[in-house]
Amino acid sequence: MHEMSLAESVVQIIEDYARREGFARVRAVWLEIGSLSGVETEAMRFCFDAASRATPAEGARLEIVELPGTAWCMKCSESVAVAARHDPCPRCRGYQLQVTGGTEMRVKELEVD
Amino acid sequence: MCTTCGCGKGEVKIEGQEHGDWHRHEDGTVHSHPHAQGAEHTHDHGGEQLHIHRHADGTVHSHSHAHAGERAHDHGHDQLHYGLGPAGAHAPGMSQERMVRIEQDILGKNNEYAHLNRQAFAERGIFAVNLVSSPGSGKTTLLCRTIQALKGRVSVSVIEGDQQTAHDADRIRATGAPAVQINTGKGCHLDAHMVGHAVERLAPPDDSVLMIENVGNLVCPSSFDLGEAHKVVILAVTEGEDKPLKYPDMFAAADVMLLNKTDLLPYLGFNVPLCIEYARRINPGIRVILTSAITGEGFGEWLDWITAGAKAAGARKSQTVEALKRRITELESRLAALSGRP
Repeated sequence: MHEMSLAESVVQIIEDYARREGFARVRAVWLEIGSLSGVETEAMRFCFDAASRATPAEGARLEIVELPGTAWCMKCSESVAVAARHDPCPRCRGYQLQVTGGTEMRVKELEVD
Repeated sequence: MCTTCGCGKGEVKIEGQEHGDWHRHEDGTVHSHPHAQGAEHTHDHGGEQLHIHRHADGTVHSHSHAHAGERAHDHGHDQLHYGLGPAGAHAPGMSQERMVRIEQDILGKNNEYAHLNRQAFAERGIFAVNLVSSPGSGKTTLLCRTIQALKGRVSVSVIEGDQQTAHDADRIRATGAPAVQINTGKGCHLDAHMVGHAVERLAPPDDSVLMIENVGNLVCPSSFDLGEAHKVVILAVTEGEDKPLKYPDMFAAADVMLLNKTDLLPYLGFNVPLCIEYARRINPGIRVILTSAITGEGFGEWLDWITAGAKAAGARKSQTVEALKRRITELESRLAALSGRP
């Protein structure tokens, strides 16, 4: 979706930490991206490369940890796994689902010099 | 992938404000000088447009910043920045590899601004609605009729978001409602920071309704909280009934779906119950109202929803003010008791 904006936010978070923690270069960045967050991870990689140029994150390895989508099925009263927003409950095939996980977009940690 | 979102040398303009450019260069450096051209920068906001230059590396403010109240942005430096670079801050001798735990939400900055907007709305009893849809769903026409119909009941002001032109704000102003246009340049969504500035400019009255018409786009605006009370998604019956399945994030984020242009239903093969079923697959709790800005169908329910929201926002504000007044009285009596002691 708007991976460029997100990649820019990631770079800003890194820059803020670079100033605060006093590091000059980032070797690797770990992101947690939920499978229901709407983020295309390949697009994210492409945009991160572009957005990180001339910043401490330039050339950093991007490690994307994909988190599974989970939802609460109101009919089954149970937490179930869902791969997409329009998926039915894998147990009852109903759509009375409330998404409970998989929308995360977080910068988890950095490996820095 | 949307390659235009916030990337490239897009520019954001907020109509009705005059402002200098704020820049963040490719190398991430931050301006500390008064203005790029060395010109005196007065932040008078009296003119016509605010230009916010968003460079290829994009930016967000990193300083805290209250949008409520005064319009002069005294940000402690002479320019508005969407971000601050590393400014050459690195400690010498730091060469060992190490891990830094971050655990930070990528949209954290936007969410901070959204929180400030929400707080400002709550304190002033403003009912803010974020209208989202694909381009051409009839948002502006619907909004114009909504404003006309609400005249005398509640005051409405409007923030219009489009990549270019002030056409929509002009259409809104023709109804008599105050409006500010934000041009996002190449950006495909409004963010909370832009809205904060537009609200400063618009200065909506207490106990009023603020309609934020987002950039026509069913994808990106779903993730950007603007501080609104509700997202309302508008879907025209000239679109496919499977839009909720194709663009689920937006329908998941919205509390209300307006199925619009129903006056055209006789000429189309649009399946209304199927569309509603699809929307509820994505979001079981979504409220659906069938509307037509031409015939006025559904406007009774739509206007009731708005006025009920506005009333609730006003009631919450008075509760807050009342709560603070009670607290002041309580503290004053304690202070009096303490100072009365020998």
